Amino acid sequence: MATSVVKLLGAQSSPYVNRVQIALNLKSIDYEFINENLAAKSDLLLKSNPIYKKVPVLIHADKPICESLFIVEYIDEVWTNSPSILPSDPYDRATARFWAAYIDIKWFPLFGELRQVKGEEAKAAVVEKIVEGLVLLEEAFVKCSKGEVYFGGESIGYVDIILGSYLGWVKAGEIMASVKLLDETKTPGLVGWAERVLLNDAAKDVVPEPQVLIEVLNKFMMASAKASSN
Amino acid sequence: MATSDVKLLGAWPSPYVNRVQIVLKLKSVDYEYMEQSFPGKSELLLKSNPVYKKIPVLIHGDKPICESLIIVQYIDEVWNKNGPSLLPSDPYDCAMARFWAAYIDDKWFPIMGELRKAQEEEAKATLIKQAAEGLVLLEEAFLKCSKGKDYFGGESIGYLDIALGSFLGWIKAGEIMSGVKLLDETKTPGLVQWAQRFCSNDVVKDVLPEPEKLIEVLKMIQARLKAAATST
Repeated sequence: MATSVVKLLGAQSSPYVNRVQIALNLKSIDYEFINENLAAKSDLLLKSNPIYKKVPVLIHADKPICESLFIVEYIDEVWTNSPSILPSDPYDRATARFWAAYIDIKWFPLFGELRQVKGEEAKAAVVEKIVEGLVLLEEAFVKCSKGEVYFGGESIGYVDIILGSYLGWVKAGEIMASVKLLDETKTPGLVGWAERVLLNDAAKDVVPEPQVLIEVLNKFMMASAKASSN
Repeated sequence: MATSDVKLLGAWPSPYVNRVQIVLKLKSVDYEYMEQSFPGKSELLLKSNPVYKKIPVLIHGDKPICESLIIVQYIDEVWNKNGPSLLPSDPYDCAMARFWAAYIDDKWFPIMGELRKAQEEEAKATLIKQAAEGLVLLEEAFLKCSKGKDYFGGESIGYLDIALGSFLGWIKAGEIMSGVKLLDETKTPGLVQWAQRFCSNDVVKDVLPEPEKLIEVLKMIQARLKAAATST
C-alpha cells in the first residue's frame, strides 16, 4: 500500500498544506503536488473533500484523506520508516496532540483577529494574547524537547511540524502589524527553535517567505473587497 | 503503572466526560471519579488543566491528560491489551474515524447549542434543517464504517461510536425541548437503530444520563444565567 501513488491537492500559501509537505518530505515520500486555485476549486477537490471543500487533501491509492492533522497522523501510520512523527510514549503522544490542537484552535486564530482589529489599544490586546500563547508554547517546548533541539527531540516531530508550518504567517504578521511576536527575552527557546526548524531538510523550501504571503493576503483582500462591492 | 492511580475529574451531565467513562468501562480500568460541582472549579482541576480549566481531565499516576478525544486515544493506547482497539487498525479507516469525530465536535454538535439559544421560528427551522443534513452525512458515514455490522467500529463499540454516542442524551433532550424529531427513521434508519443499540449497551447504559435529567440541568443553568444577568 505504501508504494501506491500519492497526490497532494494544495496551495503553497496554506500552512495546512505546508505541514503535509513537511511530513511527506520527512518520510521521503514521492508525491504529485496538484496546485489548487482556491478561488476556482477543481472538480477533484470538490469530489475529494465534499464536506469542507478545502485543501490540503491527500489522495493515496485513490482514497482521499482530509484535515491536515489527520493527514499527518495517517502519513506517520502508513510510512513507518524513521523518523517517527508522533512520539512512541502514549503520554507524550497525548501531550503532542494537545498542543497541536491548542495551536490550531486557540492560538493561530488570534492572527486573524490581529489582521482585522481596529485601533492601537485593541491591537495591543490581541498581541498580548498571542505572546501569552507563545509563553505557554515555550514551556511546552522546554518539556517536550527534553533538552534537545526540537519539540520531537533530536528530529522534528508532530508539534514542530504543526507550529513550524505557521512561521511564514507569524513573520508576515510581525511585519504587517510592526510588532515583534517571537521575542528572545520572553521565549528564547522558541526563537532558537524557529530559526532551526525551517532550515531542517524536510521543511526548507516549503514554508513561503513572509513577503510572498503578504502579497497573497493583499491580493485576497482586494478580491474580497471587489466581490463585496459588486 | 498501577491502574488504581487513575482519576477522572468530571461532571455527570457532560457528554465529553461520558466519553471517558464509557471508555474506562470498556477497558475495565479501575478509577476514582471526582465529580466537579458546577460552576466552581477545584484547585486540582485548575492545576491539572491550566490552559482550558475544563473537564474531563484524566489523571494517570499524577500526569494529567486533557481534551476528551485525546484522553480516549490515550486510554486506547495504554490499555491496549484490554479488549478490542477503539481506533481501527487500518490507517485509512482510522483517519476516517478521526475525521468524523472532529466533524461531530466542531461542526455538528455546536448546532445543538445554537438551537437552544435561537429565539425566532425561522432561525430554529434553519438550524434543525442543518442538524438533519448533518445526520444524513453521518448516516452515510455509518454505512461505510460499520460495513454491515452493529457499530461504527464494526462488531464492537469504537472511537466514532463513542464520539457521537456520548451526545445521544443531549440529542434526545433537544428533541423533547424543541418538539422536533432529529433522529428520524425515515431519513436515517441506520443511525436510529445504532442509537438504540448503543444506549442499551451494558457499558453505556449506566453512564449516559436520562434526557429528563439533562433538561433539568439545562433549566437550572439558564435560570442561573438569567439571575446573574439581571442582578448586574
